[in-house]
Amino acid sequence: MCDHCGCSRDNQVSIKKPGEVEEHDQHHDHHDHSPHHDHHHHHHNGRKIEVARDIMQKSNLVAERNRGFFEAKNILTLNLMSSPGSGKTTLLEKTISDLKDDLDFYIIEGDQQTMNDAERIKATGAPVIQVNTGDGCHLDAEMVNRAIKKLDVADNAVLMIENVGNLVCPSLFDLGEAKRIVIISVTEGDDKPAKYPTMFYSSDICIINKIDLLPYVNFNADKAKECALKVNHHLEFFEVSATTGEGMNSWYQWLKKAS
Amino acid sequence: MHEFSIALGIIEIAEENAQKADAKVIHEIEIEVGTLSGVMTDALKNALEVAVENTILKNTKRTFLELQAKGRCESCSCEFELNGYMTPCPTCQGFNFDIIQGQELRVKSLSVD
Repeated sequence: MCDHCGCSRDNQVSIKKPGEVEEHDQHHDHHDHSPHHDHHHHHHNGRKIEVARDIMQKSNLVAERNRGFFEAKNILTLNLMSSPGSGKTTLLEKTISDLKDDLDFYIIEGDQQTMNDAERIKATGAPVIQVNTGDGCHLDAEMVNRAIKKLDVADNAVLMIENVGNLVCPSLFDLGEAKRIVIISVTEGDDKPAKYPTMFYSSDICIINKIDLLPYVNFNADKAKECALKVNHHLEFFEVSATTGEGMNSWYQWLKKAS
Repeated sequence: MHEFSIALGIIEIAEENAQKADAKVIHEIEIEVGTLSGVMTDALKNALEVAVENTILKNTKRTFLELQAKGRCESCSCEFELNGYMTPCPTCQGFNFDIIQGQELRVKSLSVD
């Protein structure tokens, strides 16, 4: 089993540029586990060692290394998280196309399988790298560390990391980003923040996408925002349609100011 | 799914600390899980069940200690227990709190020989 996600031997993490030939990466240690075993719990007292170690510490240290690298090179790094289908890739395509004269974009795409999103981003002209996590449910700091070495991000750039579509697991993993952005679309329920609070608590910004569809769906944007603010009163909102461009200007203003 | 990577993190910490203490056997491990840590204790127990095979923790008693989440209200400074992320402040009924306890995921102690 894989040490990040419990994946099988055949589904290793791969980090590739569009057009690149498959490379088998051995960074995972794989153990063979037999589900059949006996328990012999011994109840001796022994010596007690007070460990008090954060289980996420190792992963968090790698995230801090990434963060230091980004700070030194003045790279603005954003971690984009959402359910599958909220429009993350379309939002990226539109943002890159509209701002490519103002900002220098680099993209890391995270998905379990396929190069599809990297191919879409490549068409915008921005340098992109695809991380395929196999059975893995989230990107982690180590994957991002390897991806940035390969992507060769320029100083003063904006690095957008599109996480694996999942509103649960990515919320626990710091990648070294400056800001965490959660994206929901109006075709989802307006109670998403109540259902997946860990994600909304861990985010800095919430983008509500596909607002051009508001007349056709049962989504109350005020209710969604109110719900999200009960979970995290620091959240900042942008309401946009990445398809029509509606509301994108305030998002662009924020990006330019932050970079 | 992420519980499996947490389980492997626990094993790594146990192995490291046992080695440092010249311990041959770990009788018990205490694991602290905050109620808002984002990890389900049951899922973590199941993940550990599989992950400990062929490790120093194979026959170790695993004790889970729950850490009740607490928040501090930004408006009135009162501290209170959080039952989930959407708990209103009992004093001012507001939701302007920051979590001060309950997000922990820690290996607390090992009993070794």
